[in-house]
Amino acid sequence: MRMRWIEIMVGFFMVLGILALLGLALNVSGLKLATKANTYTVQARFENIGGLTSRAKVTLSGVQIGEVKSIQIDKKRLVAIVTMKIYSDVDYLSTDSSAKILTAGLLGEQYIGISVGFEEASLKDGDTINDTQSAMVLEELIGKFLFNKVSN
Amino acid sequence: MSMNKGSESIIDIEGLSFSRGSRQIFRSVDMQIPRGKISAIMGPSGTGKTTLLKLIGGQLRPDAGSIKVDGLNVHQISRQRLFLLREKMGMLFQSGALFTDMSVFENVAFPIRVHTELPEDMIRDIVLLKLQAVGLRGARGLMPSELSGGMARRVALARAIALDPDLVMYDEPFTGQDPIAKGVLVKLIRQINQALGHTSIIVSHDIQETLSIADYIFLLADGHVIASGTPEELLNNDTEQVQQFMRGLPDGPVPFHFSTDDMLTDLFSQESANA
Amino acid sequence: MLDQIASLGRLGLDRLAGAGRAGGVLWQSLVAKPEPVVMFPLLLKQIYFVGVLSLVIIIVSGLFIGMVLGLQGYTILVDYGSEQAVGQMVALSLVRELAPVVTALLFAGRAGSAVTAEIGLMKATEQLSSLEMIGVDPLRRILAPRLWAGFISMPILAVIFAMVGVFGGALVSIEWLGIFEGSFWSNMQNSVDFSEDVLNGVIKALVFGVVVTWIAVFQGYDCVPTSEGISQATTRTVVYSSLAVLALDFILTALMFGDL
Repeated sequence: MRMRWIEIMVGFFMVLGILALLGLALNVSGLKLATKANTYTVQARFENIGGLTSRAKVTLSGVQIGEVKSIQIDKKRLVAIVTMKIYSDVDYLSTDSSAKILTAGLLGEQYIGISVGFEEASLKDGDTINDTQSAMVLEELIGKFLFNKVSN
Repeated sequence: MSMNKGSESIIDIEGLSFSRGSRQIFRSVDMQIPRGKISAIMGPSGTGKTTLLKLIGGQLRPDAGSIKVDGLNVHQISRQRLFLLREKMGMLFQSGALFTDMSVFENVAFPIRVHTELPEDMIRDIVLLKLQAVGLRGARGLMPSELSGGMARRVALARAIALDPDLVMYDEPFTGQDPIAKGVLVKLIRQINQALGHTSIIVSHDIQETLSIADYIFLLADGHVIASGTPEELLNNDTEQVQQFMRGLPDGPVPFHFSTDDMLTDLFSQESANA
Repeated sequence: MLDQIASLGRLGLDRLAGAGRAGGVLWQSLVAKPEPVVMFPLLLKQIYFVGVLSLVIIIVSGLFIGMVLGLQGYTILVDYGSEQAVGQMVALSLVRELAPVVTALLFAGRAGSAVTAEIGLMKATEQLSSLEMIGVDPLRRILAPRLWAGFISMPILAVIFAMVGVFGGALVSIEWLGIFEGSFWSNMQNSVDFSEDVLNGVIKALVFGVVVTWIAVFQGYDCVPTSEGISQATTRTVVYSSLAVLALDFILTALMFGDL
């Protein structure tokens, strides 16, 4: 009887541990299960990505529609290539969509915002977004501001 | 010593030396323990009587010399053979050493479960027989913490004989027991020895109880055997040291004072240090 | 002077011999051929003692530490107008540092000292010798299940601690301080990486579990079998494990997050 109680409690302990680990994985670190199958990838070139990192959000009108998969350097043009994973149910992004790197709050995390254009055809796996706007870099902004002040 | 010659001995100790740290406990001890008898190893506290049992059981290694049990050198056989040998040895520890997380029944059943693959109902029968032998069949459901000291030692005795060993070693079985419990233990040790026909070794300094059951006595002091023989032989031994121990005199060759400097020197050195 | 140097040398050699014995004990307990049929019930029992019975202290401490982190983080971050980042701060400090370290310290005090005292008392009451005379190796029968139970329980406890702590932080930040729930969680999820942060935290907890249990078991097995010896061994378990955990934490942090 006592041994049975111990078995039950140890089982409970193990289950609690697994649940906590699942909680940490899904709720705290935002790990998504099985995201690979139902996404397609789109690329975009930026002159400056600021503080963008992989796994940053990709949004449309503020709603998350995917995440950044990887960031590399285009060795020919010397600009950044950002590869994004877009959920496959989001199949209405036109080919002339534009991508901007935005900042949440003044000092918050950076993410990519997509705005849809007017073309009939929509982006498919492997396509590239041509119309991009780089991240705002605070130093450049301040520099521009000072330059304007002086020239005025 | 003459008594041993011709008769078969179960334990054969030759030239045994052992030291703990810088303290030499045994200096070239020779001893033959006869088979099927009750032998007692006696001596003042601190002469390494318990250590001798641990050496025989293979829990300690000697610095020199050999201990043969049934012709096997305890310290040269493999670990596996040693564990097999220990199946034939039972040991009753001074404190009883019952496993505190098991009931009385499980304590006695433990060696049987470890060494045999008997079915549960047979184990039950054996355990109840052993507990009956020590008069505690009714206490099988109790936990060790619920037993008195004397009862704990009797349960430990039942556990020590659970596998019908050839050799049972008793470490200070009478220490700290009330007169009735002592009487019970003396009777049990004798009865069980006769009933099972094994060899018993008792380590003790309780002279009365030991004299009443031992067939043969070894007297240890200063790291070696100072006398051995039957109880009568020892009582009639004229050596001063033997007489001191057997009659329980406070001072004699075994000094009352722990060896140190002369008291006067000690006192004066203290004064001169303070000055 | 020469005496002092000599005694220092002797102390060093004593420590070295102690480390050697500890290694031997660990090796013999774990490497010896396992007997699953005998081991499994013993292991369950030990996991119950060191793991399940530590749950209450772990959950209560985790909850309070998470709540304090939420409160402190808020008061600091609100000055910079970035109080939404409080979730990120709570989660990262818990998962990377506080959960493994605090759990290990509590574990040493709650379970480690109990294991030391238990084994020490078994030695003092000759139960270990008695097992040996019955022909059972106490290293395998007594030490091995306790070691494995510690190795298994520690990471589980640390993970539970982290989860409860995050929950406590969320409770304070969202319910009390009024931070928007969505930004609390999304900030956290964006900054905490599963393999980088969570798994490294679990690895830390595992390492601490091994070290604390090893110290506890060895101190019990190697203690002087008197009441004074057992009390000293218990104290040593807590002191040595705490120091070892803190020092190892620095080394592991440098290796995992320090970009060395």
